[in-house]
Amino acid sequence: MEAGTVSSARSISVTINGTTYEREVEARKLLVHFIRDDLDLTGSHIGCDTGNCGACSVIVDGTLVKSCMMLAVQADGSTVETVEGLADGEELSKLQQAFSSHHALQCGYCTPGMLMSATALLRSNPKPSEDEIKKGLQGNICRCTGYWNIFAAVKAASSE
Amino acid sequence: MLLREVGYARPGSLGEAIELLVADDGARALAGGQTLINVMKARASSPDTLIDLSRIEELKGIDLDADGTLRIGAMATYTEILESSEARARPILGDVCAQIADVQVRNRGTIGGNICTNDPTNHLPPLLVALDAQMTIHGAGGERTVSATDFFLGVYMTAVGQGELLTAITVPAGRADGFAAVTLGVEGTCIVSAAASVNGGVRIALGCVDAVPVLLEPATADADAVRAAVRDANLDPPSDVHASSEYRSHLAEVLAVRALDSASENRVSEKRS
Repeated sequence: MEAGTVSSARSISVTINGTTYEREVEARKLLVHFIRDDLDLTGSHIGCDTGNCGACSVIVDGTLVKSCMMLAVQADGSTVETVEGLADGEELSKLQQAFSSHHALQCGYCTPGMLMSATALLRSNPKPSEDEIKKGLQGNICRCTGYWNIFAAVKAASSE
Repeated sequence: MLLREVGYARPGSLGEAIELLVADDGARALAGGQTLINVMKARASSPDTLIDLSRIEELKGIDLDADGTLRIGAMATYTEILESSEARARPILGDVCAQIADVQVRNRGTIGGNICTNDPTNHLPPLLVALDAQMTIHGAGGERTVSATDFFLGVYMTAVGQGELLTAITVPAGRADGFAAVTLGVEGTCIVSAAASVNGGVRIALGCVDAVPVLLEPATADADAVRAAVRDANLDPPSDVHASSEYRSHLAEVLAVRALDSASENRVSEKRS
């Protein structure tokens, strides 16, 4: 299928956490549904499905996005990072460990999105101020923690 | 949520995109998708076909001419604008883009999508009216240019017709600009917004008080003249759960003066620098 022709489904190739997946997807399928339902990578959550909560945040070609506001076909040819890619086997990333140590989660529903947003923030800004941490996590809603432990965890994971 | 079944094409050139849009009345351009995909989830709009503009080079890039004129490709994202050294030639553009929604939305949302949506609560329509930007529109018949003042026609309606695409936004040189808004939460949706520019004449554009930005051109850049201009505009803003019509009228006056003050401060700092 040529890229410039109209079709309601197409074959896409997406590399997620180092594995390349080739699948036929409907054009109407959201990226988050492709990741969760087609690939069974259920770490990325669907909180609001309206682009507000950030639980579905993933990194596409180095850029943090909400995967409920992007079509799977738009990710064709892209490299995607999800929360499943953060740990090295059983070994948590520094950021994940900091979330654990600082009790930065209660129910944990928002955590995958928080981790991806904080990962993207620390890559572009390894030593963020508290305001920069808040701004970096602005697109992620948490209804349990009151955010303070999350800010503390991100601060702890940033380079000293 | 499952979208209604939709066709999808990802043209590699502007010409190809226009052909696809001309061929199908039910086709709609997909820019960053930060509004359109949500609108499609709610089925408030269900285009038959999406023409994905993300791989069209002609719609990308931010260029600065020697005379200070900025040409911003319609597919430039908010993040690209706020990080662009060229766009710093008109600092208000990045300053306002940095206030839109959140990191994720700024990474995908585009200047072209923001203004073609023309949601009255969007930040960029009033700003681009105040800056006297020019919009370049391509269609099957070629290219035309429409000033920001004539671009916004109604709620969700612009001068871009079916079969056409906004390709670029041209912003003249200047630095004495300001923007002020009262929003739902920090950097949320605008309840009322005002953009001001005092490069030469005074231009103030109000957002969220009518279907399209309301342009005021008071004779002088002093607060009393601006307040009088807002009152003389006989605004009749909508009432909703966030603000009554009367309160929006009040905010319009307050924010017009704040935007003007900020523009005047920037003019002073420009003279110093």
